[in-house]
Amino acid sequence: MLIESGSPGPANTIAISLTINGQARTLDVAPWTTLLDLLREDLDLTGTKKGCDHGQCGACTVLVDGVRINSCLALAVMKDGASITTVEGLAEGAGLHPLQAAFVEHDAFQCGYCTPGQLCSAVGMMTEGHAQSREEIREAMSGNICRCGAYTNIVDAIQDVMQSGAAK
Amino acid sequence: MANSINSSGTDTYVGTARSRVDGPAKVTGQAKYAGEFSAPDLAHGYVVSSGIARGRITAIDTSAAEAVPGVIKVLTHENRPRTAWLDYNYQDAVAPPGSPFRALYDDKIHYSGQPVALVVSEDFGTARHAASLVKVAYAAEAPTTDLSAQRELAYEPPKKRSGIKPPPAPWGDAATAYDDAPIKVSQDYRLAVEHHNPMEPHASTVVWEGDGKITVYDKIQGVANTHGYIAGVFGMKKDDVRVLNPYLGGGFGSGLRPQYQLFLAVLAARALERSVRVVLTRDQMFSFGYRPDVLQTVSLGADASGGLQSIRHDAISGTSNFEDYQEVVVNWSGVLYDCDNVALTYKLAQLDTYTPSDMRAPGAVTGVMALEIAMDELAHETGQDPIALRLRNYSESDRTEGKPFSSKSLRACFEEGATRFGWSTRNPEPRSMRDGRELVGWGMATGIWESMMQQSGAQATLTADGKLVVGNSTGDIGTGTYTILTQIAADTLGLRMEDVTTKLGDTDLAEAPLAGGSWTAASSGTAVMRACQDLAGQLFALARGLDDSPLANVDFERAVFKEGRIAVAGDETRGIAITDVLRATGTDTLEATGSAGPDAAHQKAFAPYTHSAVFVEVKIDEDLGVVRVTRVVSAIAAGKIINLKTARSQILGGVVMGIGSALEEESMLDHTLGRFMNHNLGEYHVPVNADIHDIDVIFVDEEDKANPMGVKGLGEIGIVGTAAAVANAVFHATGKRIRELPITIDKILG
Repeated sequence: MLIESGSPGPANTIAISLTINGQARTLDVAPWTTLLDLLREDLDLTGTKKGCDHGQCGACTVLVDGVRINSCLALAVMKDGASITTVEGLAEGAGLHPLQAAFVEHDAFQCGYCTPGQLCSAVGMMTEGHAQSREEIREAMSGNICRCGAYTNIVDAIQDVMQSGAAK
Repeated sequence: MANSINSSGTDTYVGTARSRVDGPAKVTGQAKYAGEFSAPDLAHGYVVSSGIARGRITAIDTSAAEAVPGVIKVLTHENRPRTAWLDYNYQDAVAPPGSPFRALYDDKIHYSGQPVALVVSEDFGTARHAASLVKVAYAAEAPTTDLSAQRELAYEPPKKRSGIKPPPAPWGDAATAYDDAPIKVSQDYRLAVEHHNPMEPHASTVVWEGDGKITVYDKIQGVANTHGYIAGVFGMKKDDVRVLNPYLGGGFGSGLRPQYQLFLAVLAARALERSVRVVLTRDQMFSFGYRPDVLQTVSLGADASGGLQSIRHDAISGTSNFEDYQEVVVNWSGVLYDCDNVALTYKLAQLDTYTPSDMRAPGAVTGVMALEIAMDELAHETGQDPIALRLRNYSESDRTEGKPFSSKSLRACFEEGATRFGWSTRNPEPRSMRDGRELVGWGMATGIWESMMQQSGAQATLTADGKLVVGNSTGDIGTGTYTILTQIAADTLGLRMEDVTTKLGDTDLAEAPLAGGSWTAASSGTAVMRACQDLAGQLFALARGLDDSPLANVDFERAVFKEGRIAVAGDETRGIAITDVLRATGTDTLEATGSAGPDAAHQKAFAPYTHSAVFVEVKIDEDLGVVRVTRVVSAIAAGKIINLKTARSQILGGVVMGIGSALEEESMLDHTLGRFMNHNLGEYHVPVNADIHDIDVIFVDEEDKANPMGVKGLGEIGIVGTAAAVANAVFHATGKRIRELPITIDKILG
């Protein structure tokens, strides 16, 4: 794992179990490895993005036991036993998750770099069930920066899915 | 609209709303960005940044870092391998005149955040940790970063930057006309330094292929620029270097020039003969280009009814102490309005910072902001409606170059935008409109950008199964280039979009320029169209040569490419499927290339510009000083629109960034340290979802012949004028004229 390669001796790794996109994994991780770096650097799940590494942009948002979090602010060892869903695991089967399809239809992205975080965040937000109106959605989605400025289309896409009842 | 691409006279895809062809890859996480490619032996580089802004490195101790298990090498100016000596070798395709920055070149510090070491390690976490152990001692000098203190030292750049028009020679007598004018407006305007802050940090992955060959994934807006830079700096043969960048996580100009992480990654890969990736941190995203600080004065002289008698616009822009960065700031004031006495000046002053770089609508965002607030001030002074004042001074030709416009549908923008916004019900009196406890303000402004075209190549390959692949080396930076090129190719040959694949961002493809300046749709679009037209000619010749060909004795001009067939105009039952032509002639693949560039005769005769009218509603709680932009209508005249969906998104994005300019974005320099202090997304504020309410985009009909497709480009025009419209709305709401942007809470309360 991460810190072992190139090291002269065994590193101080800790064994943890994670279910990642439905797949059970046992992993040895360094105590300082963030969930984000574990996903991107070690598991090649690069769908989850690093935009700031400080919890300020939301690009790294994933679902941990269904709850949206900034994976750059979580150490992997803290999530031992948890079930992680990343953008790669949102859809069931080969098709797109309804929200993914709505993002394409409403052009809710441009460069695509914040998109995985927006999608995971929106799925988490819908599960929370607090936001209903456009204004509430805007507020609840404000932890995810989109520098391309696709915000109005993001809200359109989310509302579309909420209204069709296709969420979850 | 006229000028269909398809030979039948009607396009199926061009001019309609289509979802992005790269959409599924982006929403499933399959789209890979430069820092996400890997290699079996990949090493990770982490940059150590200078803690001072000016001076010298007196000692650099890397021993503690090198002692960390997993660290492979620490590169500094003391041990770096040799690179090119002449400035010329470091000058990329859009470099301004001067000596480009060279990372790890010597002990001299030019700016705060300058890279001083690269720690290369087996893994990312170790590299980051070891980088914190590099000890650097400096002999620091006091930096100069305050532009207003450099006003007296400003100079006209002796060498002009390629592609950037210097101010035109003055005409009339602006000074006398100003003195004689009964109405005068003369004010200083300033827009804060802004950093592009694309969501994807700059990254380069260099894959060591052996035998001195490398494959490079670089965050760049056009791989040809990286290709040339690597060849120049490292003396490599272009054949030994392949550069790819299929997706770019936002550029806005920050990815036009190769940045220092590329240099460091290639340097390390060559030194170690193994693959290396270098990704910058968000903090380090504040350690290179930015929209420069510009001191501006706009002086307007007018008659009592608002007729402009004099326009003066003077600008002093900050640049670095090693390059003369230039952009077009003041020329717009001579293009947008018709005035007999105009004087425009543009100077530079050097600062101990990195060189500024083009940021979305470079120069126009800054200059038009000042001009369009000044016009609002003049409207208020003369009691004119802001639109009426602009119509009163409407220019029918570009007097800076003495040419008629290739087209100018700005009147339609005013009319359609005003109607959609409900402008006619506006009470012109400041502080006259309220919604409950909030003040309401309605403001407007004009936007303008030059419509450009660049020399561009393209290729097209048709295979026996009827599938077409087109492409070139330019990048899709989120603008929708993959999608519009697919539309253009499909319509040119009468194929379905599903049967067309567009490939971009690879130096193995036909060479095309950087994606920037709003020129990609016109340049790459025309080149792809021409490659496909060449294929059409080849297909037609094959089809006509068949025994009993349904196209026998038919001229190419009468051929219609539609629904996968070649048919005869007027009798479309007469024809043959393209796949049948390929099968009958035993053709596995057909290949063609196309190229496009600016039409010199047209350039000489006409001035091509895009225009916009932006209408903004703000609501302001005066007790809290909070400004909300509740409604925006942006009416755009940009020639032919290829994809209504991605085009609208381009304008939405420009408007959002314009709102950021107006209300939020501000890179704050500490002049003692010479450092941008708010170097993160928590303190450098960009609009978030809650900041953005309703935005309505209108594309007015406009026919233009500036290029074969009549396309003028959309990447920049959405942002230009937006900040002025917000500032003008704030004045209308509060009666406060704020001339230093962003308009933050303290300025509303102050």
